[in-house]
Amino acid sequence: MNIIIVGCGKVGRSLVEQLSSENHDISIVDPKAYVVQSMVDMYDVFGIVGNGASYNVLTEVGVEEADLLIAVTNSDELNLLCCLIAKKAGKCATIARVSNPVYFDEINFIKEEMGISMIINPELAAASEMSRILRIPTAMEINSFAKGKVELLKFVLRKSSILNGMKMKEIGERMRGEVLVCAVERQKDVFIPSGDFVLQENDRISIVASPRSASKFFQKIGVQMNPVRNVMIVGGSKTAYYLSKKLLRIGISVKIIDKDFDRCEELSVLLPKAVIIHGNGSDQEVLLEEGLLETDAFVALTNFDEENVFLSLFVKGQTPAKLITKVKRVSYNHIIDGLDLGSLIYPEYITAQYIVQYVRAKQNSIGSNIENLYKIVDGKAEALEFHIEEHAPVIGIPLQILPLRDQILICSINRNGTVKIPTGQDMIQVGDTVIVVTTKTGLHDISDILKKE
Amino acid sequence: MNYAVIRYILGLVILFEGAFLSLPCIVAMIYREARGIPFFAVMLLCFFVGFLLSHKKPKNMQYYAKEGFAAVALSWILLSFFGCLPFVFNGDIPSFTNAMFEMISGFTTTGASILSDVEVLAKCSLFWRSFSHWIGGMGVLVFILAILPMGGGQNLHLMKAESPGPSVGKLVPKVRQTAKILYGIYCFMTLIEIVLLMFGGLPLFDSMLLSFGSAGTGGFSILNSGLADYSPYIQYTVTVFMILFGVNFNVYYFILIRKFKDAWKFEELKYYLFVIAAAVICITYNIRDLFPTLESSFRHAFFQVGSIITTTGYSSVDFNVWPEFSKVILVMLMFIGACAGSTGGGIKVSRVILMLKTVKKEMYFYIHPRSIRKIKFNQHVVEHEVIRSINIFLITYMMILAFSTLLIALDGFDLITDFTAVVATLNNIGPGLELVGPTSNFGMFSDFSKVVLMFDMLAGRLELFPMLVLISPITWRDTKVFKKIPKYRKDSPGV
Repeated sequence: MNIIIVGCGKVGRSLVEQLSSENHDISIVDPKAYVVQSMVDMYDVFGIVGNGASYNVLTEVGVEEADLLIAVTNSDELNLLCCLIAKKAGKCATIARVSNPVYFDEINFIKEEMGISMIINPELAAASEMSRILRIPTAMEINSFAKGKVELLKFVLRKSSILNGMKMKEIGERMRGEVLVCAVERQKDVFIPSGDFVLQENDRISIVASPRSASKFFQKIGVQMNPVRNVMIVGGSKTAYYLSKKLLRIGISVKIIDKDFDRCEELSVLLPKAVIIHGNGSDQEVLLEEGLLETDAFVALTNFDEENVFLSLFVKGQTPAKLITKVKRVSYNHIIDGLDLGSLIYPEYITAQYIVQYVRAKQNSIGSNIENLYKIVDGKAEALEFHIEEHAPVIGIPLQILPLRDQILICSINRNGTVKIPTGQDMIQVGDTVIVVTTKTGLHDISDILKKE
Repeated sequence: MNYAVIRYILGLVILFEGAFLSLPCIVAMIYREARGIPFFAVMLLCFFVGFLLSHKKPKNMQYYAKEGFAAVALSWILLSFFGCLPFVFNGDIPSFTNAMFEMISGFTTTGASILSDVEVLAKCSLFWRSFSHWIGGMGVLVFILAILPMGGGQNLHLMKAESPGPSVGKLVPKVRQTAKILYGIYCFMTLIEIVLLMFGGLPLFDSMLLSFGSAGTGGFSILNSGLADYSPYIQYTVTVFMILFGVNFNVYYFILIRKFKDAWKFEELKYYLFVIAAAVICITYNIRDLFPTLESSFRHAFFQVGSIITTTGYSSVDFNVWPEFSKVILVMLMFIGACAGSTGGGIKVSRVILMLKTVKKEMYFYIHPRSIRKIKFNQHVVEHEVIRSINIFLITYMMILAFSTLLIALDGFDLITDFTAVVATLNNIGPGLELVGPTSNFGMFSDFSKVVLMFDMLAGRLELFPMLVLISPITWRDTKVFKKIPKYRKDSPGV
């Protein structure tokens, strides 16, 4: 597709990196010449220096032929203006980044009236991700599929778990087909497990389950659920506001520590139910005094990556509480991953992921029957949602005799709104939506999952 | 330094040269020439060496500007090395230094020859000489980029090192697509020229070779008399096409996508046409007494101006006998050169315009010391970095020019010969004045001087810096450090 990206901050950069590797024609616009220069040197993109909301700049960058314009500058208003002008100058779909909480309730009005295809809010996206993790604290990562009816949960197999040394087949028998292990990460390798695959300690396991059966599963395998009742947040950013709002709604109590007095006052007005503390969150005494040792979960949300990492390292040594650390710079991920800081949240990366998913879905709607495509387990595997059309070669065959290629697994079948985790006897029917997990790339049709004769 | 990538790119270049060498083989087959056999042998050699170097794709395809520069400079040297072997083996040019000079002159689109009699060459040799102009004009790496999917944004480093002009812009987001468009326009225009020349009564072989020479702004001719013996129609056609190939190819792209207004916005194009017009008028007036009719003096002035400013180097007449005023104008045109982003060489019209604007700005600054002024080009503000790099380019250019002239002077020829020999090679033109004038050749220079001139031709074609980067020790010094850096992991983070 022909894509224009306005604004080359962290989100823009992350987007360019992912989209250019997926073979799209990308043009970028940014007012800073050196930013554009460095992007053009690094990626196969076309760059223009200028203001993305200017009609002249947009025509120069080819808005007439573009399929999609993504406005991800720091300014909400500029992004919206960009989309509006692009819409009038060309015929492209538009995506805008809007993050000011003031617009939060009006977002649907703005979207409808301005004809914007998608509005993305990095802070809100990060907050949703965090609240999902806090809901099921044993999981490191949760993705939802099939409009939230299926969840993909990732967790580490600890020494105490009864799953250690167990074969896949046995798990299936014990859990009566309610959950399915769909990917196992062992050190740097990713496996899509077959029936004889044996789990080991320290494997990172991704399971597919409905939200209800997931918690049952954790109980059965003897993992403590550690339900989170209270959360301590350091840093009163926009993300903190959105996160608190979500947590308070499901009855989790929230304590926010921020060193800016005015911001504390604002937050106390916005979030009357939360406890707002004016103090320096990086001061260990303050944290201990505010009950760090009793808290169930700790979220480091200051504006500085270094501070967040240090805070989490400190808290990790003090208490077994669930840890969430926000990191802005994606490029250091492999260093931070090595520190074992619990769940890491990269707001810019999440934002880019959301947009990339939109682009893939739009791309895939042409000439294939993929409904959705998600990159899972650090992008090393893909989960694809296929819609089953008539005459598909997989219909009516029990899954256990379906000649699947290696490293491919059918994870769930969604039939008339109910989701089933399939067993060997289940069959795929016309009209189903099927989720397939694979480490292979480039699947376009459901028939691609079968072995070639 | 990532040697594996450089090896891989060089392997590809040699493979492609092997493929190009099949063309003179076909010519040899058509004319049943035994002197075509070495072409076939060298073709096989290229396939063999190219395969050896490139069959193993390096794991780490990451490369940066320095690898790009080094790979481009090395590949041009290797291209010329393999390209000159057939001449040595089939006896057309027995001396290796001479053959190498001829081939570098071909690939760099200079057109300076060491041969006193080109008419005795085999047809296949003649074809290969002229075809090297055509490939060298747009660049062999650009050709490879257009054909092979190399992946990654770093390919721009290759294109930057090979394309003429102060700054390289892409036409469309992808490097590969840009390269394809450029070659598409190039092929199309060459074809038109071949057809038009055939209308003028030339055989297919001659019109192809003349078109290759003017498309790449090269200048190897196929007759000892240059283009003097052809009809006025052919001379006019060749002139017009030389000038067309000296225009920035972005202009044609804008015409192609029907953005005529944008095409006319190129300031460089206007100045280029203006300079040509002014030079033609002055020279026509100056040489009016040398020719029987005003038409013929206009035609020769037009031809020479078009040939020199685009750095082609064809000649329709011996301009060495023209009055001094005309000769000085021609030497000045040699320096100016063609437009950036064309197939021509020289300093480039855009650099000259920007320099003149800087001078104007500086004068303004003397009068109003507190004034703030930005230089604009094509209605865009020019970044200070661009001006700086042009300044440095000019200084380097002058230093290479002076130093080369000094080295050439060891042979003991007169100053004008030495000076114009360097000017004609550094700007990729071909003929100079006096002893290296249009009716003579570079054969009388010593081997040492020829090596100096070969370096000048390569430096001129690749815009100086790739060659300097290649021979600079700084490029190769930090090699060990590079190996110690662990491979950058491009995984996406876990969220």
